[in-house]
Amino acid sequence: MKLIIAIIKPFKLEEVKTALAEVGVEGMTVTEVKGFGRQKGHTEIYRGSEYTVDFLPKVKIEIAVTDDAVGKAIDAIVASAKTGKIGDGKVFVLPLEGVVRIRTDERGDAAI
Amino acid sequence: MSFMRGIYFAHRWSRPKNMNTLRITPLRSLLAACLALLATVSAFAQAAAPAAATPPPPPAPTLEQRIAGLEAYIGNGDPSAALKDAKGNIPAGLTTPSVNVAGPGHNAWMMTSAALVLFMTLPGLALFYGGLVRTKNVLSVMAQCLGLAGLVTILWWAFGYSLVFGKSFNSPFLGGSEFFFMKGVDSAPNTDYAFWVSQNVFSMYQMMFAIITPALIVGAIAERMKFSAVILFMTAWMFLVYFPLAHMVWGVTGFMNGVWNAGATIKAIDFAGGTVVHMSSGWSALILCMIVGKRLGFGKTPMPPHSLVLCMVGTGMLWVGWYGFNAGSAVAADGVAANAFTTTTLATGAAAFTWALLEYIVRKKASVLGFCSGVVAGLVVVTPACGFIDTTSAMWVGILAGAIPFFAVTKLKAMLGYDDALDTFGVHAVGGTLGAFLTGIFATPAVNANLSTNLKDVVGKTLWLEQVKAIGLTLILSVVATVIIAYVIKAVIGLRPTVEAEQEGLDLSDHGEEGYIYESKS
Repeated sequence: MKLIIAIIKPFKLEEVKTALAEVGVEGMTVTEVKGFGRQKGHTEIYRGSEYTVDFLPKVKIEIAVTDDAVGKAIDAIVASAKTGKIGDGKVFVLPLEGVVRIRTDERGDAAI
Repeated sequence: MSFMRGIYFAHRWSRPKNMNTLRITPLRSLLAACLALLATVSAFAQAAAPAAATPPPPPAPTLEQRIAGLEAYIGNGDPSAALKDAKGNIPAGLTTPSVNVAGPGHNAWMMTSAALVLFMTLPGLALFYGGLVRTKNVLSVMAQCLGLAGLVTILWWAFGYSLVFGKSFNSPFLGGSEFFFMKGVDSAPNTDYAFWVSQNVFSMYQMMFAIITPALIVGAIAERMKFSAVILFMTAWMFLVYFPLAHMVWGVTGFMNGVWNAGATIKAIDFAGGTVVHMSSGWSALILCMIVGKRLGFGKTPMPPHSLVLCMVGTGMLWVGWYGFNAGSAVAADGVAANAFTTTTLATGAAAFTWALLEYIVRKKASVLGFCSGVVAGLVVVTPACGFIDTTSAMWVGILAGAIPFFAVTKLKAMLGYDDALDTFGVHAVGGTLGAFLTGIFATPAVNANLSTNLKDVVGKTLWLEQVKAIGLTLILSVVATVIIAYVIKAVIGLRPTVEAEQEGLDLSDHGEEGYIYESKS
C-alpha cells in the first residue's frame, strides 16, 4: 500500500478528482496549503509599503492506494494537473504500513 | 367651593321628612343672603385686582415686523433685527413668535448633520482604520473609537461645550464656565452662533467633531498603544489642545476667529475644521507615534491591511458623513451650506481620481487603497475651504489633495522612517495644512458674504498670511502639548503594552476578545 501526496494548482482540483475516479480511486483528503518551488511569488503595495509574497496557494491531495494501482493513479494525477507552466506541483509516494476502515474494522488492502 | 359643599351636606343631614320641598326658614334665608354678599364682593375683588397687580401689556409687533421675522428664517438672518429702534435697542417686552426659537428647516438639517458626523466615527472611521490593521488588532481600533465617543461625550457635557463656545472668561483662548454641565443649554438658539438652530442641537453637533478629532490620532499609534494610555492621553489632550484650539478658531471671542470676531488677533478662517480637527490630530499623531515608537517587527514583518473590504466600506461612510461635517458647518440650511456641499463633492471626486491616476503612472496599478486614500485626502483638504471657495477652486483643491498627500504618504514616510501606521500624519496633517493654506488663496466673498463683515480688507490680500499664522500656532500648540502629555503618561502608566501583549494582539490583551472566530463546519 502506498500513500500518494500530490501538491497541485488549486484550479486543477476538479480535473484531478475526475481523473482519479476514472482509474478507480474514489476517496481522498484535500487540504489548502501554501508553498513555493521555482514559481516566484508576487509583490503587493499598500500606500508605498511594498510586500513580497513568496508563498502561493496550492492544494494538497492525499490518497491511499494498493500497490497495483499506484502507477495508474500517478499517471492520472500528472496528466490532469499539468499545465506546462512553472508551479504545476509535485507528487510524492510514501510507503503505507497499515489502513483501517473505522466502520467495519477491515484492515489492509480491503480497507482501501 | 367647599363653602357650597358645606351648605349642601348640612342640608342633606338635616333634611325634613318631605324630600320634595325646600322650606324657606329664617336660618336658610340668612345663609342665602351671606352667600350672595360673598359672591358680589369676590366679583368686585376680581375686577379690581388687575388694576393694582398686573403690569401693562407688552407692545405688540407690527405685521411688518412679524413678516420680517419669517423672512429672517428663510435667509438665516436675525429675526429680532426688525424689532430694534433707531438706537439699536429692542423695546422691553417686544417680541414675535420667530424670536428665540429654532427654525424647523435649519434645526432639522443640523440634527441630521450631527448624526452624519457621528456616523463618520461610528462606524466610518472604525471600519476604515479597522480594515487597515492586522486581524489581531481590529477590535482595538473599534474599541478606541467607541471609547472616545463615550469619553468625549462626558467631557463635552461637563466642560467642553462651555470651554469652547462660552464667553464668560472674556478670553481669546478659552470660552467660559457659563455652560458647564450644559446649564442653560436648551432648545432656544444661542445667537452668538446661530439664529435658527437650537443651542442643544448645536452643542451636540459640535460634540461629534470633538469625538472624531482624537479618534483620528488613533490611526498613527494603532496596534501598539494600550487602551488605558489612549483614554488618559486623549482626556488630557482634549483640555490642552482641542478645547482651546476650537475656541480660538470658532469661539465668538476666539484668538483666530477672523470671520466672526472683529477683535481677533489672527484674522484666519476655517470653515469646518482644517486646523481644529485635521492639523491638530495629524501633527499630534506624528509626535505621538514617534514617542510611542514603532510596532514590533516594523520594517521586517509584512503588515498589510487585513481587510481592504472593510476599509472601502468605511471610506464610503466617511464621504457620506462628511457632508454633515462640511455642509453642516454652515449651521443653517442655506446657500452657504449648499456651496459647501457642492465644493466638498467636487474636491473629493477629483482627489480620488488624481491619487489613483498617480498610482497608475508610478506603479502601473490603481489600487483600492489608493482610491480610498484619495477620497479621504480630498475631504480633508477641502474641509477648511468648502464654505469659502467656488466650484472651480474646489476642483483645483481636489487635484492638489490627490497629489501632495500622495507623495507625503508614499515617499516622506519611507524617507523619515516613522511608523505612522495608518497615515494620520500623511493625510490629516499634510492635508489639513495644505487645506488651511489653500483656503487663504481661494476664499471669495462671492460665495460667502460673511467674509465681508470683518475681513473685507484681508480676503484676497493678506489672508494667506493670516492662514500661515494660524497654521503655525496650531502646529506649535499640538506638538508641544502632545510632547508634554505623552511623556507624563509614559512616566505614570506607560504607553505601550508588554511585548507578549503586543504580539498576541491588542484585541486579546486589552479587550479579551477576538474579532473573527470562524468555526469549521461540523
